[in-house]
Amino acid sequence: MDLSLTEDQLFMRDEANRFLAERASSETVRAAIASGGHDPTLWGSISRELGWCGIAIPEDDGGLGLGAFEMTLLLEETGRRLTPVPLWTTVSLSAPIIRALAADDARPGLLRRIASGDLAATVALPRPSASDPFEAIDFTARLDGSRWRLSGRCAAVFNLASADLVLIPARLTNGLGLFAIERGLISGIGALDTLDPTMPVASLSLHGITVEDDARIDRSEFEASAFAAPMLWARLGLAAEQVGAASGCLELTLAYIGERVQFGRSIASFQAVKHRCAELLVRIGEARSLLYGAAQSLSAGEEQAEAEIEGAGVLASEALWRAAEEAIQLHGGVGNTWEYDPHLYLRRAQVTANLFGSTETKLARIALNLPEAAA
Amino acid sequence: MSEQDLSAFRAEVADWMKAHLSGRFAVLVDRGHAGDGDALPDLRMEWERELAAGGWTCPAWPIEQGGRGLSISEQVAFQEEYARAGGPGRLGHIGEGLLGPTLIAFGTDAQKRRFLPPIREGRAFWCQGYSEPDAGSDLANIKTRARQDPETGDWLVTGQKVWTSLAHLSDWIFVVARCEEGSAGPKGLIFLLMPLDQKGIEIHPIRQIGGGSEFNSVFFDNARASADCVVGQPGDGWKVAMALLGFERGISTLGQQMGFARELDLIAALARENGAAESSAISNRIARAWIGLRAMRYMAMRMLADGADPQAKLESLGYKYQWSHWHRDLGKLGMDVLGFSGAAATDDPRTEKLRQLFFFTRADTVYGGTSEIQLNIIAERGLGMPKEPRGNAG
Repeated sequence: MDLSLTEDQLFMRDEANRFLAERASSETVRAAIASGGHDPTLWGSISRELGWCGIAIPEDDGGLGLGAFEMTLLLEETGRRLTPVPLWTTVSLSAPIIRALAADDARPGLLRRIASGDLAATVALPRPSASDPFEAIDFTARLDGSRWRLSGRCAAVFNLASADLVLIPARLTNGLGLFAIERGLISGIGALDTLDPTMPVASLSLHGITVEDDARIDRSEFEASAFAAPMLWARLGLAAEQVGAASGCLELTLAYIGERVQFGRSIASFQAVKHRCAELLVRIGEARSLLYGAAQSLSAGEEQAEAEIEGAGVLASEALWRAAEEAIQLHGGVGNTWEYDPHLYLRRAQVTANLFGSTETKLARIALNLPEAAA
Repeated sequence: MSEQDLSAFRAEVADWMKAHLSGRFAVLVDRGHAGDGDALPDLRMEWERELAAGGWTCPAWPIEQGGRGLSISEQVAFQEEYARAGGPGRLGHIGEGLLGPTLIAFGTDAQKRRFLPPIREGRAFWCQGYSEPDAGSDLANIKTRARQDPETGDWLVTGQKVWTSLAHLSDWIFVVARCEEGSAGPKGLIFLLMPLDQKGIEIHPIRQIGGGSEFNSVFFDNARASADCVVGQPGDGWKVAMALLGFERGISTLGQQMGFARELDLIAALARENGAAESSAISNRIARAWIGLRAMRYMAMRMLADGADPQAKLESLGYKYQWSHWHRDLGKLGMDVLGFSGAAATDDPRTEKLRQLFFFTRADTVYGGTSEIQLNIIAERGLGMPKEPRGNAG
């Protein structure tokens, strides 16, 4: 395994960083917050012009054919600025589920549309804070002639308002089916006022909506466990955004304390302050290292990839939380004002901390199948 | 080297270790590491000669200096396989890993001819005379003096070194001393090679919190280094001393991690056997240790990747802090897994190992740059924060 970044990877990361510094500044993020947490102009550039949605989609399906590692590099950059676009839900959550579960007649078309930037997609996760977010699926689907009739509800769907397509797992007679439904067909959407305004969430209710036969995209009825493998990408992508956000939060803290003068000196010169920033860097570096290793393990099909991704989720959540908490403390009084950005990171940190399991449940899952360390 | 060749090389090392770390050497498995460094010295000296006979001492040295000229990935593979087999702590490490590369870079031809072969053959053991009672974190505050004997050109050394690992088992010491009267800080120092067995040198072991004595105080009273035993120029000792520390970093890290992995596996196995793992608090701490070790491994790989990623270079400044705190936590975890049975001495080698680990890992966050110094380095060199103000003394 090689964890050096190739020239192409470095270029991609640096270009993404430069682009977002310009297009996802604090002012634009705040403008997007005021209009529902989505920046459609920025999303148009990212999806259509830059082609980021195709990052991990095979070239045969119109994508860039790159892997999990490149996906993490991009999501780190969007996370760094809490970029209000549905990239994570599209590339890390939806595309891998389509690749894993969709039938041959549905898959290439959907992937091609995602890769081209035509489709922002999301997934109805019945239990987003459970280790298995697909336990307790409420949706049911019944054949009604040649059409499907769907009912049920899902309490929280990420980036639902900006999605063009929603993937909905529903109970059939025996197993599960996967439905891909244009968001425009759905009337029961209720935006939630969540802690994090840069990552909009809405509830989704279907009251016997009827859809064409081809809205069901799976190969054949399946068990909820079939989601486990593609969900590794979603977990990895989430951790990547968290690591990026932690770095962005440390950067803005360093910028602030470098200018703040008390007792006639920069507060960045106090050892109590320096050591806390240095400790943050250590935590972030640790999380980033495991993130990169886990991404490479996933691409290489390594056995320990699952435990590593779970572990990256733990370290990334903790690094982001600590970075946000320290950002507010080190900003002092202004850290508690709406005007300064640290609270945006605190919000993201808290909302994501319990996605796909708390730290304790993630650790328990690793402990349950603890890989040998000296293997 | 291809992946295939590298696997073959790994297999060669593993086979050799299996064949040779057996019989009378079998008792050395997992012995002699930090915290246990003074264990079984005579047999470990023989083990060094066994390694030498197999051509496994100094394999990273260039071929013309008697090494194998191994590539970085081969060195990593060697270190990992040595550790995976439970290879004992290396008495020859200071000579092989620190002094040898320093002489190869800075030594005269005569010094290389004289000192390198005995290191390679496992016949000469070295220790490192850097720290002093008043020169710890502030290493440049060295007070040991070296004065040149005008008749012979030899250097006469007076002063005290401390925390000198394995001085009592060593033949030679390299010493950084102040050779220019009135100089301060990193200026005016000299790097000398000195035999320990001489009038004017006394070695006093230091009893550590774990009961063992790996470290020593070394007292010098007009002890002699012959004129041809200066490395570099008098006055340039700091440059040589710092270059030597540079050789220590990186490669041996993954071997060290393999040792950590064996410790973690031991703790996890004990927790399953004695039921401690049934507590989710304990099993989650074990999972956390596993995560931390994976993160450490990937951090080391990012460091060794030698790429152009400035992020990796920045974050590698945190590596010492990361591993030392991880290891210290592991030491505590081991004792918490043992519960009261860890409090009482036994003849169970696994329990004894964890008791040593518990005490020695307290030193991990101190030696080789304390955590506080590490955080200063990260903040100042990495994050560009203002430097600590210095006192007047140096």
